Amino acid sequence: MSDKNNQILEEIGGSDYKYGFYTDIEMDQAPPGLTEDTVRFISAKKNEPDFMLAFRLRAFRHWKTLKEPDWAHVEYPPINYQDLIYYSAPRKRPKYDSLDEVDPELLETFEKLGIPLDEQKMLAGVAVDAVMDSVSVGSTFKKTLAEHGIIFCSFSEALQKHPGLIKKHMGTVVPYTDNYFAALNSAVFSDGSFAYIPKGVKCPLELSTYFRINAAKTGQFERTLIVAEEGSYVSYMEGCTAPIRDENQLHAAIVEIIAHKDAEVKYSTVQNWWPGDKEGKGGVYNFVTKRGICEGDNAKISWTQVETGSAITWKYPSLILKGNNSTGEFYSVAVTNNRQQADTGTKMIHLGKNTKSTIISKGISGGRSNNSYRGLVKTGRKAENARNFSQCDSLLLGDQCGAHTFPYIDVGNRSSIVEHEATTSKISEDQLFYCLQRGIDMEGAIGLIVNGYAKEVLSKLPMEFAVEAQKLLSVNLEGSVG
Amino acid sequence: MLTIKDLTVSIHGKTILKGLNLDVKEGEVHAIMGPNGSGKSTLASVIAGRDLFDVDKGEITYMGRNIFDMPAETRAREGLFLGFQYPVEIPGVSIANFMRTAINEKRKHLGLDPLTGAEFLRVMEEKKKMVDIQSKLASRSVNEGFSGGEKKKNEIFQMAMLEPRLAILDETDSGLDIDALKVVANGVNKLRRKDNATIVITHYQRLLDYIIPDFVHVLYDGSIIKSGGKELAVELEEKGYDWVKKEAGAGNAA
Repeated sequence: MSDKNNQILEEIGGSDYKYGFYTDIEMDQAPPGLTEDTVRFISAKKNEPDFMLAFRLRAFRHWKTLKEPDWAHVEYPPINYQDLIYYSAPRKRPKYDSLDEVDPELLETFEKLGIPLDEQKMLAGVAVDAVMDSVSVGSTFKKTLAEHGIIFCSFSEALQKHPGLIKKHMGTVVPYTDNYFAALNSAVFSDGSFAYIPKGVKCPLELSTYFRINAAKTGQFERTLIVAEEGSYVSYMEGCTAPIRDENQLHAAIVEIIAHKDAEVKYSTVQNWWPGDKEGKGGVYNFVTKRGICEGDNAKISWTQVETGSAITWKYPSLILKGNNSTGEFYSVAVTNNRQQADTGTKMIHLGKNTKSTIISKGISGGRSNNSYRGLVKTGRKAENARNFSQCDSLLLGDQCGAHTFPYIDVGNRSSIVEHEATTSKISEDQLFYCLQRGIDMEGAIGLIVNGYAKEVLSKLPMEFAVEAQKLLSVNLEGSVG
Repeated sequence: MLTIKDLTVSIHGKTILKGLNLDVKEGEVHAIMGPNGSGKSTLASVIAGRDLFDVDKGEITYMGRNIFDMPAETRAREGLFLGFQYPVEIPGVSIANFMRTAINEKRKHLGLDPLTGAEFLRVMEEKKKMVDIQSKLASRSVNEGFSGGEKKKNEIFQMAMLEPRLAILDETDSGLDIDALKVVANGVNKLRRKDNATIVITHYQRLLDYIIPDFVHVLYDGSIIKSGGKELAVELEEKGYDWVKKEAGAGNAA
């Protein structure tokens, strides 16, 4: 460590001491509010390397100069960032001793989703026996990955064990200067996941089928970094189909993906944060920045997302197609019901020659919700023969919901071809009656019709996730048609 | 099995069915004929449970129960089947998935275990053969991109799968060429049993060359004005509806 760093550390230590909480390392949670001290507290708590703290502080200072964006088609009361708690210990004690104490409505939803009993307990916060089947599953999983030289661990663990890799890649795709929420996340992120696939390795497992439960607990400011070296392949899944209730109303995550030459990354996510009650009270605000870069030639990244939760979703998984002949894909199903609001879509930035991108977006709105697709397709001056195909469909259930499409197209050269198709349709009374007459009740009918509509996207999900996602769509649209 | 007494039905204040009576017993095939606008499709929809209509008067008893106490899906699970005049498209939902859902809902209602994937496929193969449907139909989305004939054949296939107690075929013959007509008629005839019944709603006598009805009823202006055996259909084909209307008119005047 250099003298300069030591000096900085001393300063930090001194100032923290002055405010009186730095020494209390056993504390489970930071006091409410966001200052440089909070940032230092988080970093110290996690025993982070110097560069990490410096990064966080730069991000924090930048964040203070920014204004919260207001261009999205969503409405919510102002957030007081000084009221929030920015760090709490990742593992809390179980809230309940048995499932009998858990809200029956939540259990009913778990039943409908077909979630195994042990998982139900973990998700609802019920104490689970220390030895569980999944623990051994987890270690087998880790052993297989290690044999291939694949790193897959929490972000905190990666900072301890592989600081060089983090330092090299973190913030290169989503710099902290990117936007308000990215700056906030960069300053105070709690934890997240790190995956590293070495050159030429095809990851033999879907990363994170088992880990999804743990991943759901990593807190409100998650950070994911996936690096796929030349010629590697990985399929990564994040999220959880079970509805996650959380006291933290604001969630601002960052996901960064880097695919080098000839590498392929498939990223799938199912997001089902608590959407609040029927009037939208108490739901999670999900403001996420996700971006990938096809760094080398022939690289490929695909995003597949099923968004059913949150009171407000603000999310645009984007791709920078830098390498020649690189490919980007975005498949999305976004469901809104009751008072939910979603403003989601993608950005495809074509920089390399012969780059290709595909966007398939399916919005489904019920109740009094609002669902917007917002997308940008941009081809740079040097992106010769770039091609994009976009299809944005909206399905309306009932007559009090809204569907909106905001496509932006920016073509920078004469040889690019950009296509955009959009449709809006409604579930018809005729379709519903047809199902009823075959003995399928209203709930089942809506489930069938909606799943049929979203099939193109659902078929892109890994098998296990796809089955859960199908059930999820039906469950989330209950009561959406009068 | 089905008894309709003095049924009066209106939509937006306009009366469509005016005191209709009908009695269908197990093992019988009834044909209901009549000109456009006489109320044939309304009758089928009301029996099946479509909620667009107001039932102003009268009663319908199905399998000994007041049919209006049962929601549409319960009627279906209790063995009532409607072959639609205009079958609707459900994009992205395969016929196999649609039928498996429908059959398992019915089985659940009857207290039976759901069919496994393998059992379902076996039943589906058997029924496809029975009603002479090409194999690829089942993997296609429900009615999506189907020709008129394919849609109607698909209705008959669904009927074979669901094995109804009472099937109502609403103008299933309209728009069919002679080959498709034969497939439809053949399906209905093969599914005919002593313990089930069929109501065939049609405009033309043509279908009744292939499906021999036990009774023929003429529906005109919201009520059945004449009933007879299968020979009535032939008479209607030869002479049109005017003479029945006159006869009924004379009856009313007297």
